[in-house]
Amino acid sequence: MRHRSLLIISTAAVAAGSLTLSACGSRGEDSGKSGGETTLTIGLDAPLTGDLSALGQGIKNSADLAVKQANKEKTVEGVKFKLEALDDAAQPSAGQQNANKFVADDKVVGAVGPLNSNVGQSMQKVFDKAKMVEVSPANTAPELTQGVDWRTGKKERPFETYFRICTTDAIQGPYAAQYMYNEKKLKKVYVIDDKKTYGKGLAGTFKSEFEDLGGEVVGTDHVDPKEKDFTAVVNKVAKAKPDFVYYGGEYPAGAPLADQAKKAGLEGPVVGGDALFSAEYVKLAKKNSEGDIASSVGAPLETLDSAKKFVKNYEAAGYKLPYEAYGGYAYDSTWAIIQAVKAVAEKNDGNLPEDMNETREQVVEAMQDVKFDGVSGKVGFDEYGDTTNKQLSLYEVKDGVHKPVKTGTFEED
Amino acid sequence: MNDLPQQLASGLILGAMYGLIAIGYTMVYGIVQLINFAHGEIVMFGAFGGLTAWLLLPQGTALTLALPLMLVMAVGVSVLVGIGAERFAYRPLRNAPRLAPLITAIGLSIMLQQLIWSFYPDAKKARSFPQFSGESVQLLGANVQRGELFLLIAAPICMIALGFFVAKTRTGRAMQATSQDPDTAKLMGINTDRIIVTAFAIGAAFGGVAAIAYGLKYGQIDFKIGFILGLKAFTAAVLGGIGNIYGAMVGGVVLGLAESLATAYIEHIPGMELFGGGAWKNVWAFVLLILVLLVRPQGLLGERVADRA
Repeated sequence: MRHRSLLIISTAAVAAGSLTLSACGSRGEDSGKSGGETTLTIGLDAPLTGDLSALGQGIKNSADLAVKQANKEKTVEGVKFKLEALDDAAQPSAGQQNANKFVADDKVVGAVGPLNSNVGQSMQKVFDKAKMVEVSPANTAPELTQGVDWRTGKKERPFETYFRICTTDAIQGPYAAQYMYNEKKLKKVYVIDDKKTYGKGLAGTFKSEFEDLGGEVVGTDHVDPKEKDFTAVVNKVAKAKPDFVYYGGEYPAGAPLADQAKKAGLEGPVVGGDALFSAEYVKLAKKNSEGDIASSVGAPLETLDSAKKFVKNYEAAGYKLPYEAYGGYAYDSTWAIIQAVKAVAEKNDGNLPEDMNETREQVVEAMQDVKFDGVSGKVGFDEYGDTTNKQLSLYEVKDGVHKPVKTGTFEED
Repeated sequence: MNDLPQQLASGLILGAMYGLIAIGYTMVYGIVQLINFAHGEIVMFGAFGGLTAWLLLPQGTALTLALPLMLVMAVGVSVLVGIGAERFAYRPLRNAPRLAPLITAIGLSIMLQQLIWSFYPDAKKARSFPQFSGESVQLLGANVQRGELFLLIAAPICMIALGFFVAKTRTGRAMQATSQDPDTAKLMGINTDRIIVTAFAIGAAFGGVAAIAYGLKYGQIDFKIGFILGLKAFTAAVLGGIGNIYGAMVGGVVLGLAESLATAYIEHIPGMELFGGGAWKNVWAFVLLILVLLVRPQGLLGERVADRA
């Protein structure tokens, strides 16, 4: 039966192939010092290909904008910044490879990224070993900064080199739960997640807060975000007749899920986190996105002056793709690294240490005290490396646009 | 169990789509013993072909009017890509060891994905696909979306047409002959090269129909849909007995039903609460595949053929 063994080989080959689809980045060789000016590289890791590439490309462009801005304004005297973007295709293995690459390159002073929490997990230890700073614009899983036991209140920062600009699921999920229960008066929920670090965390924190408030979870299920067919799951949802659905996951699967759930007979809205807060969500779920709610970190961008400037500059720079949900945070992440480098230069009388390892170490220290008014609001870090900006906003889709319905800070009751 | 009709309908619809795509695997395998792993991407190209037709039509065209044109375009694009793949990727390797065309297929599939990603406007994220408006239709106690009706009508028509073609026409019989013994078929004056191209073209055409069905059902397409679709359809083809066209359809439907029913009911079996739900549907689908292959290695409708090689 050669045919059968051929089938087995084929299947294995495909499986292996799908696991190793990681792209390689290229690296330009630049001389470190030229005419008294030092060139420092800021690494960037994001999914530049794959179905989250829209978000990833927005992150890359925004970081690029920050680097250009710093070079133009000569934010750090005598230092020219350069961005080197690598693609992780939303895969932890690729992210770790990229992290190793950055660490090995003695021009790289720090890294921005990644987008996905599970990719972040795989990169943290690499950066920590090299004492190189990593600032993520979008990782929201609590354990990245507060340790695996954060749920029990035993918070412990696992990596001194890891910082993030966005708030965590630990407050994003509960914030939405309070709003749905107290203000929308919806008491029955069906919770679905995509089994990824981000989605699972978000759905978990939402669920426990909602139950604490007295709400009823009428069912839970998981979906595979690689697929777009959720008929079996939405049939179950329709049968359970919840007041609304909470989805922990990202919009590429969230939008079709909402669309299919409503077609199957779901009456209430689909609620989710910042990864559903995208114009793409509305475009994909079309009229079935009406009334859906997404939480996001920070105050609405259009209310902040710094954000308006960012939007204007982004448009002026003529990037082909929009900045998307995390553009502002990517800008702030990059800017935080630039500010930290500036602080190190000032501490050493305008010069950076000769040894790159020394520079990296000092940048990590300086990062802890970085403070500035960023695109997303006031940027600063607490003792865990989390942002001190605990503001959250909720947005509801009305007439095809996400309209802010509530902004505030999460209070535990 | 009052949602059983709904779950059965969902499974049937999903399965019909898998089946249409599985035809592509089975036709090609039946003739050249090649697993064309780029077939999922051929389907994906068809979907983008259909979308292009829709975008080229003046805005506001009724979808019912546009559908035939979209179908022609989707099938056209799929067939072109399918024939191109055969001509430029597989034919040069016709006599190479079997693993070579297999690796080529994987390479080709990555290339096709990246072509759409790089060059189709706005295709770095999912693009929305036109959908029928209006309420769903009640059929035997199940809600069927209007977009899914297309699949329920198209799949049987395609299958009957294919059955007729293979059994009754000259080319169809030549195809059977080539599949049984290519060398002897050649001696009998059959142009086997042409037959192989025809097999690729028919498989791709069915893929084009499935692509339109996919777009109408889910309302969005992206450059990666081919991977999962291809994997599922390949599974369906093996389940039904690879090389047998009816097997492909039966395998598709069985797989679709298995996924749908496993999601809905496994968790209600006492002691199995942890193994139900959407997260486990693929596991159960493959458990079923393994069980079937243990009892019937040739698949549900496959014939035990003497190995030639």
